[in-house]
Amino acid sequence: MNRKRIAPQPQGLEKMPTGIDGFDEITGGGLPRNRTSLVIGGPGAGKTVFAMQTLVNGARRWNEPGIFVAFEENSRQIIANAASFGWDLETMEKEGRLFILDAHLSADDIKSGMFDLVGMLASIKAKSDEMGAKRIVFDSIDVLLTFLNDPVTERQEIYRLHEWLAQEGPTGIITIRLAGDNLLLSQHYGFIQFMADCVILLRHYLIERVSLRDLRVVKYRGSKFEENEFPLIIDSKGIDVTSFRSKETKGKVSNERVSSGIERLDTMLNGGFFRGSSVLITGAPGTAKSTLCAAFAEAACRRAEKTIYISFDESADELVRNMSSVNIHLAPHIESGVLYIYSENTESRSSEEHLMRIKKLISEQEPRCLVIDPLSVMIRAGGRISALGVAKELLGLTNANLITTVLSSLVEGGESMVETSGIAISTVTDTWLDLSFVAQGGERNRALSIIKSRGTRHSNQVRELILSDQGVTLTDVYTARGEVLMGSLRWARIRAEALEKELTRAEIERKRIDLELADAETLARMETLKRQLEAQRAELALLIAQQKVQEEAWSVGQKDLGEMRDADKEF
Amino acid sequence: MSVPSQKGSRSPTRDRQTTLFWLYVAGKTPNSVQAIANLQSICQEYLRDRYKIEVVDMLQEPLRALSEGVLVTPTLVRLSPLPVRKILGDLSDRNAVLHVLGLEESPE
Repeated sequence: MNRKRIAPQPQGLEKMPTGIDGFDEITGGGLPRNRTSLVIGGPGAGKTVFAMQTLVNGARRWNEPGIFVAFEENSRQIIANAASFGWDLETMEKEGRLFILDAHLSADDIKSGMFDLVGMLASIKAKSDEMGAKRIVFDSIDVLLTFLNDPVTERQEIYRLHEWLAQEGPTGIITIRLAGDNLLLSQHYGFIQFMADCVILLRHYLIERVSLRDLRVVKYRGSKFEENEFPLIIDSKGIDVTSFRSKETKGKVSNERVSSGIERLDTMLNGGFFRGSSVLITGAPGTAKSTLCAAFAEAACRRAEKTIYISFDESADELVRNMSSVNIHLAPHIESGVLYIYSENTESRSSEEHLMRIKKLISEQEPRCLVIDPLSVMIRAGGRISALGVAKELLGLTNANLITTVLSSLVEGGESMVETSGIAISTVTDTWLDLSFVAQGGERNRALSIIKSRGTRHSNQVRELILSDQGVTLTDVYTARGEVLMGSLRWARIRAEALEKELTRAEIERKRIDLELADAETLARMETLKRQLEAQRAELALLIAQQKVQEEAWSVGQKDLGEMRDADKEF
Repeated sequence: MSVPSQKGSRSPTRDRQTTLFWLYVAGKTPNSVQAIANLQSICQEYLRDRYKIEVVDMLQEPLRALSEGVLVTPTLVRLSPLPVRKILGDLSDRNAVLHVLGLEESPE
């Protein structure tokens, strides 16, 4: 039974997992086994839930039965509420894996003289042996101390409890409630702290009406532990702790390109986004951030890549309906299970809580692509971690798992330098696309520009984003005389130019035809002249021939006449 | 543990005058020994032979107390006459005990 006296092994003492992942991570395995841990916190900080969850997890996952000694009236209430965490305590009790001792001590009980806890501890010991308990919770010891109401008795009984735990084996968890937010422990608690091998501090407070909790390990004998404060949330499954450990963001690198879902954008990005990279889409309301997100998601689903779409603005149904109007059809992918849309309207959640939910989703669904639309809702929720911290943590996770991530962020007029607008976040994302409205000639048109894209030669030209029932397309904008034209103006300008060109072309054509005509005319005239020339030459030749004949005829005639007249030669 | 009175039986006594006590103790710890002595002294002074004390040693019957909702030792429970009364401690505050048991006025 004297397991506690065993010297710690060189690797460190044995740890008992609580089953609260983040906590086991922080402490390198859980609470010190067979020793006593203290959980200290104000009202509502989650002490009882933490303790009960450790028992439930122990019984369920590691077959380690547990005993819950409930001094506080409130802890009985939490037992009653346990069903909401999915803990069926009644069944566990029937199966002998859990025993809840209602040890509610009433201040109204009449006291006469000295008393002690010897009997109770004997009873619990018997129960513990009977069921083979490995874990035991005393919730909460301050109620007991208030009840004892005598400094000597208090100290004596705390000693007794501690000794009992040290001797009897089960790993002990003792909770202590602190009034208010004061973390300075009274002398008593200092004494209790000294006896415990592990001390955990829980806090609950409000920042800007957002409820926040955190957890800090103050002490852990014989073990290394993370000393920082870690956000803690209580949700439908109980407590969750996020171990925001300052991991080196040495991510994985992939040269594979992933389509953005818009052909022209892929071309501009020299083939698309890098696998596992992060993309930030900023823009004013209505600049089609969601549409770009959905186009990316649809393309991913077409490649049969598991995709999570986290929508804070719209419900899944709204999103599906709205996107179908621009020829982006998400419904079939939801049915086939490739696409998982998680939508939530969560004004009152803290950033950390959101982050934890997303982490959970990622580990449950193992997506290859992730969309958060918009991230700004999440980081505006409040919390101690800066917007940048949330983004870094998130992107560190997605990058490590090679999840290509698209984040949208709302930028409202005049707010562009505020941290939450996404501008700061852009420093940790790989690609930054900015959407804006360009107002001209009485209309507003959407413009897309790639502000940056790490490791990618990309077009730095502004493109016009056109949404139609045919889908999403990007078009060149008209740039001329130093101005960028879009929409109807662009159309008008292009029309005007086309018309002008058409006119010029027609004019040239006409001239060409004219010239050809003139040419033909000249040629024809030349032909005529040639013919005339030939005719004239022929006539001339004939004339010459006639002349010759005539000359001959004349000379022959004279001689004949002379002979006929026998003319004397002396005429 | 020798207690001069009868060991109490769980069946309710027919004698309306008889007071039935259960006294939960933890072996021979000082508080427990003190409680037994104090109870006997009070009973002898105020109730003569009209009482029964059953001493429950939680070290001997540890699981019994769990079902009966007793936590600290010593704990005195008066089962009859009704109403049931519960007093915690070694009963050294005699006036408090007499007050709770309604015995103040009739010292004999």
